[in-house]
Amino acid sequence: MNTPKSNQTPLAGLPKANLIVRFAAIGAVLVGIVGLFAYAGGWLTPRNLTPASLIDTFQKVNGLHPGFRRNHAKGVCISGYFESNGRGVALSRASVFLPGRVPIIGRFSLAGGQPYFADAPHTIRGMAILFKLPNGEEWRTAMTNIPVFSVRTVQGFHDQLLVSAPDPTTGKPDPAKIKTFLARYPETAKAMELIRNHAVSSGFDNSTYNSLNAFRFINASGATVPVRWSMVPVQPFEPISATEPGKSDKNYLFDGLIASIHRHPLQWHLVVTIGQPADPTNDATIPWSPDRQQIDVGTLTVDRVESDDTSPARDINFDPLVLPDGIAGSDDPLLSPRSAAYSQSFTRREGEPKEPGAVSTAETEK
Amino acid sequence: MSTPRPRTQFALQSRILHWLMAVMLLAMLFIGVTMVASLGNYHILVAIHRPLGIMILILAVIRFVNRVCTKLPPFPPTMSRRERFLASSSEKLLYALMFVLPLVGWGMLSAGHYPVVMFGPVHLPPILPTNPTLYAILRQSHTILAFLLFATFLAHLGAVLFHTLIVRDRFLDRMAIWPTRYRKNKS
Repeated sequence: MNTPKSNQTPLAGLPKANLIVRFAAIGAVLVGIVGLFAYAGGWLTPRNLTPASLIDTFQKVNGLHPGFRRNHAKGVCISGYFESNGRGVALSRASVFLPGRVPIIGRFSLAGGQPYFADAPHTIRGMAILFKLPNGEEWRTAMTNIPVFSVRTVQGFHDQLLVSAPDPTTGKPDPAKIKTFLARYPETAKAMELIRNHAVSSGFDNSTYNSLNAFRFINASGATVPVRWSMVPVQPFEPISATEPGKSDKNYLFDGLIASIHRHPLQWHLVVTIGQPADPTNDATIPWSPDRQQIDVGTLTVDRVESDDTSPARDINFDPLVLPDGIAGSDDPLLSPRSAAYSQSFTRREGEPKEPGAVSTAETEK
Repeated sequence: MSTPRPRTQFALQSRILHWLMAVMLLAMLFIGVTMVASLGNYHILVAIHRPLGIMILILAVIRFVNRVCTKLPPFPPTMSRRERFLASSSEKLLYALMFVLPLVGWGMLSAGHYPVVMFGPVHLPPILPTNPTLYAILRQSHTILAFLLFATFLAHLGAVLFHTLIVRDRFLDRMAIWPTRYRKNKS
């Protein structure tokens, strides 16, 4: 016998029925844990909306463009600095608001998952900024030029994505589906009205970019205020009609931005709006009252432009919940899903081979 | 008193570390698998996952030092050679995963150009350079290694339950947090 001594058939001591019960108990424990694990991982509820299924929907609507962001696929990268005037210190203890400069890196983009589509004046414009704080913390924010967001929830966002997709037979979104969608999401119908009525500017350089979601600022004594913020351009507003593009230039908005940055650095004021109890923090489709207190906390200067192909900003996830101490998310139900979806998009594209972007290095250097 | 009674339990600090980390690792596995499938709870779960992972890494170091410095109780006679081999191998694998999983997580965030936020302004420095491909590989590895940890945990739990309930050799007593009586030498 090469087994250690006293290893006498221990199973023999139990009646068969008892033994079966004991084996069944062990099996039940193990199967139960595996079942809970599978449930937690969403494998038992495959119809639920998850980060993966949301990004799958983007891919279904836009086609698969490996290596590109699943939304805001077309863009150019920028860098510069933010100069705080110190007026934000009373609101937030984040070191970005101490008087002085912090470097920034960022990206201008157009909404949509197609990296090579032609610029159009009414496509939503995005400005994403990463503030590099002196102690190594970061503040990332992804803003757009619309006054409110079109949906309140991630389910609404997903459904909107589906109904806005062109019908294969007509090449246009199906009006009946849109009608049903708007009936189900009345807040979107109202928000779309506001979005349609806001004055769109001629280019990226003279657009105002809004945080859309609400956040919280926490100051040194722990006092918290709800906020939304905007980047308000120093460049004077011009309406779109004045600079309609020639149809030949598919990148006319980006080329305009590039030319503008090459002429002189572009600037925006970071304006923080303080919410009052009546202002919803959990609904990005509703504007806050226009008479709310607004504080200009500093100036963003953009003095360099680079293509997606060469800038490190291509490989940055502008997750709106990467925040420094002193800035926190609110109860806005879109914030966590945004973070999750951006992460899913980031993980997918970082593992894929990279193609050159539509706005080339030759264009950004000209 | 020169007749040393054979020790059948792990040292007290070893038992405490075992159960503390068992709870943390299992919580970590469930948080991890939940957060990647979650939209609404993603952010809060990630905010827990990161510092909890680093706490596990710190405890893994302490536990490893303790493992090297303390004497183990002998295997019970009810374990065959093959079982002893499997038990030792899976122990090594579990130790390796306790180190590797948090390090891969930390490295993956570093390679992905993320700040490694712990809590408030406290964050860790990157341990790897920013690199998209490296990020993608580490991100994938993190998932695979987590499944391996879960599978190893199930095997470990199954083996302990088998010994405790079927072989009935009071196997679980070795790791019980409370002191257990020495077994009478009943053949």
